[in-house]
Amino acid sequence: MIRAEWFFWLVGAVFLVMAVQMAFDRTNPKRYTTAAFWGLLGAAFIYSTWVLTKKASPELLGAGVLVMAGLGGFGLTGRGRVDTTTREQRLASARRYGSRLFIPALTIPVVAVLCATVVKNITINGRPILEPKQETILGLGIGTIVALVVAMVMLRERRVATPLHDGRGMLEAIGWAALLPQLLATLGVLFTVAGVGTVIGRLSGHVLPDDKYIAVGVYCLGMALFTVVMGNAFAAFPVMTAAIGWPVLVQQGHGNPVVVLAVGMLAGFCGTLTTPMAANFNIVPAALLELKDQYGPIKAQIPTAIPLLACNIAIMSIFAF
Amino acid sequence: MLVLIGVLVVVVGFATRRPPLLVIAVAGIVTGLLGQAFPVGQPVRLAGVLGRLAPMKILAAFGNGFASSRAVTVFVITLPVIGLLERYGLQEQGRRLIAKAAGLTTGRFLALYMLFRQVSAAVGLLGIGGPAQAVRPLVAPMAEGAAERRHGPLPEKVSERVKSFAASADTVGLFFGEDIFLAVGSILLITGYVNATYHTQLEPLSLALWAIPTAVCAFLIHGWRLLRLDNWLSRELGAAPVTREPAPVGGPGPAYEDAPADESARAVTGGADADSKGAHR
Repeated sequence: MIRAEWFFWLVGAVFLVMAVQMAFDRTNPKRYTTAAFWGLLGAAFIYSTWVLTKKASPELLGAGVLVMAGLGGFGLTGRGRVDTTTREQRLASARRYGSRLFIPALTIPVVAVLCATVVKNITINGRPILEPKQETILGLGIGTIVALVVAMVMLRERRVATPLHDGRGMLEAIGWAALLPQLLATLGVLFTVAGVGTVIGRLSGHVLPDDKYIAVGVYCLGMALFTVVMGNAFAAFPVMTAAIGWPVLVQQGHGNPVVVLAVGMLAGFCGTLTTPMAANFNIVPAALLELKDQYGPIKAQIPTAIPLLACNIAIMSIFAF
Repeated sequence: MLVLIGVLVVVVGFATRRPPLLVIAVAGIVTGLLGQAFPVGQPVRLAGVLGRLAPMKILAAFGNGFASSRAVTVFVITLPVIGLLERYGLQEQGRRLIAKAAGLTTGRFLALYMLFRQVSAAVGLLGIGGPAQAVRPLVAPMAEGAAERRHGPLPEKVSERVKSFAASADTVGLFFGEDIFLAVGSILLITGYVNATYHTQLEPLSLALWAIPTAVCAFLIHGWRLLRLDNWLSRELGAAPVTREPAPVGGPGPAYEDAPADESARAVTGGADADSKGAHR
């Protein structure tokens, strides 16, 4: 049986290899702290296996997580100049390969979906090939490996170091933000352990009438409004879900958690469309396009965001219960 | 009630643009300390507070939370494949495809671009569009060019509006396309968070499928508004004599195909370009 933990080790190993590449990259002024950040992440990925089986200390891992947050938060991660092709070379290569370039990229979701639907049911000696409940995540890993092979054969690229090198460049470009979603998920765990959801749930129990459709509206509007204030739907998600999404809509209202949470996140995205706080999506394009009115894109988006938020409330109301 | 200060830290921290990783770390520590000090439903006894602060428990909570939410970060495994394809001109090929739509009206072109952006994001190709990679060098000039072909030179107000809508087509297409891809940050955040917090097992695939209804609504609403842009242009500029140039024969004009990838623009935005690829939403 292929286990999800093996896949996490692979991801951890990729981080570690990239960290070594970073440490030797002299074009990165912060190469040692950058390498420390990603190396620590890779080690934490592998170490976590034994934390889950309670054979290793979670306190040590927690300390490592806080060190990573510090390295990223105090601006100690940077990026180097990764050697790659020139624009002319890329254009020539695009002319040569044409839309075949999309094939390896499409392989990833196709294989992942196959694993989650078909391979899921295949058993050997009565045991499933893929670890149950982890088929999609494993499918992503298998799909990526298949796609890498397809790409390397198609492009006649012999060195495995090349894709790792290119991926490292993209990872450095994303930077510490790559860790943000996982840290927010961790914060959600802390909120729940500390009882944040219980407190807000009790508060909202006093305020909210006992009607799940009103609660749907409050959850979606809350996601959008918190996102407007914070500029980030990912940050709004743990707050609103701990408060209303899970306790009120899923537990009390018996809503389908998949619909509630997927649509709730999209309600937050409606907020992202309207807020200057999400600068990289709304203000940076205005600057790039040299607009006189830096709120031009937001003004173009608000009349879409409002009816779309209403759509999300309707979709959740209809399909979640 | 005091435990809610952690929530306040998150809201105020993000709203005042403090470094997000630090905001989360501080919010977690504060929540842990207060949650430990004042367990829910028990009377507050200040005398006991200091004794109840248990830093080790907070560290353990961070550690356990991290270990059980690793699935959130596995999207990184796809970067080597995408990076290799970009080395061989993936973005350039995307731009060549977009350039083939030259000849449409402004509204139709932008609606088609949004669809292209949604579909490519839905299969995980988040880097095909983007403000620096596509909108500035290609989409905005093509949208303006289409308007000029029909109405002559554009006044500044009109040009601003067309460019703003070009940016919006890119952003709306990305937001409401990427959630259909199962390995995107927001989907993995939902499953990682819920599975770690409430000990359930939600499948990323089913979450991704439930992003489709909203994606369709987004395409219909914003697509309709993009098409209406043609009417607005006609009203604003009058039915100027349409001196239609002969439609370009045999595919994209060289001007668009060789649109610069705008390295300078990338340098200007620095990390912002990066964010659009990855995690922030």
